[in-house]
Amino acid sequence: MVTAGAQAPSALEAELIRLVGEVPDPELPVISLAELGVLRGLEVLGPGRVRVELTPTWTACPALDTMAADITEVLTSHGMTEVAVDTVLAPAWSTDAITAEGRRKLAEAGVAPPRPKASGAAGAAGGPVALELAIRCPNCGSTDTRLLSRFSSTACKALRRCASCGEPFDHFKEV
Amino acid sequence: MTPVTAAESLTPELAAARALGDDALVLAQRLGEWAGDAPVLEEDVALTNIALDLLGQARTLLSLTGDEDELAFLREEHEFRNVQLAELPIGDFADTTARQLYFSVYQELLYAALADTGGALAPLAAKAVVEVAYHRDHAEQWTLRLGDGTEESHRRMQRAVDGLWRYTGELFEPLDGLGVDLPGLHPVWRERVADVLGRATLTVPGGPDRTPWAAGAGRQGVHTEAFGRLLAEMQYLHRAHPGASW
Repeated sequence: MVTAGAQAPSALEAELIRLVGEVPDPELPVISLAELGVLRGLEVLGPGRVRVELTPTWTACPALDTMAADITEVLTSHGMTEVAVDTVLAPAWSTDAITAEGRRKLAEAGVAPPRPKASGAAGAAGGPVALELAIRCPNCGSTDTRLLSRFSSTACKALRRCASCGEPFDHFKEV
Repeated sequence: MTPVTAAESLTPELAAARALGDDALVLAQRLGEWAGDAPVLEEDVALTNIALDLLGQARTLLSLTGDEDELAFLREEHEFRNVQLAELPIGDFADTTARQLYFSVYQELLYAALADTGGALAPLAAKAVVEVAYHRDHAEQWTLRLGDGTEESHRRMQRAVDGLWRYTGELFEPLDGLGVDLPGLHPVWRERVADVLGRATLTVPGGPDRTPWAAGAGRQGVHTEAFGRLLAEMQYLHRAHPGASW
């Protein structure tokens, strides 16, 4: 993560970036906000004053408010008195922003991680939404899995079933 | 009651943001009616997920033009600028599928163009266009399945695409301040919709795509009878208990 300001982060900013980065995602607590790639910047504006830039995964992600509240709580408990968490939309978040460690943790928690967008996710208008490339079952590892629904328990997931072990599972769908 | 800024006093770009925000808000409300009532559980989840995506767009767009809650809950029918297609009753599953096809193909084209303008609405458009691609894909799959399904599903799907056709012309009326050539997108939209309908063994409707007495006036604040009932349900709680939250 880079700071919102142009300069390199100060020691304090680097420390706060680390703390904020460790905040767990409210919906998928196995993965941290840094691993999810939703932190866009942090800047100490003055003594006790800090501004954080946060980007939503999906436009309507209901977890965004909780993320902002959790960030505020962590920063407040580390001496900050005035915390502003601003939502930024551009550049749009992509599943490619999830770190390798984040993907590993998602798979461990039973959620098939998103494939790299180069493999053909939703792209330009009218383009294919390629969902049929192999997605590995997080339970048994088989790649023989079927799409049940493009929409699942949260905005960012699709619902699939493994043809080998029969278990349904969530897939973090590509954007 | 705080008066909300009338659409007429907004800059053209913000007036356009409100119109697109109203499209998303009203269609989200309609799709929400399927919660607990869709043919299968997966569709319950899918349609309400699409509704949630649209609500996210609506919140971003309407917030550019005022307080989102006041705009959603305290405006009268004539103050809404959504296209009439968005407000029509959900009908049966074929009607909902046909509307989703018409609307999502339009919205995907619109947002892709809007993302390239660099204007105030571009960040939202760039973000939402990849989400809308999933809505369009969902509508396309169901159109194929129902159109090329049983005799009964084909009949009802054809009736649905025919019935909604006259509300599609309004989608491509110019919207000042957007920086997007909406009439220019109309032929591309027709081509894409015709392609899906063709593959679904359905006939592209031949009638007019607007009628002067009914369709084509949502952007001017003229709405269908059903819209008042939608607002009554959507706004009742907020009006009866101002400031209520949970």
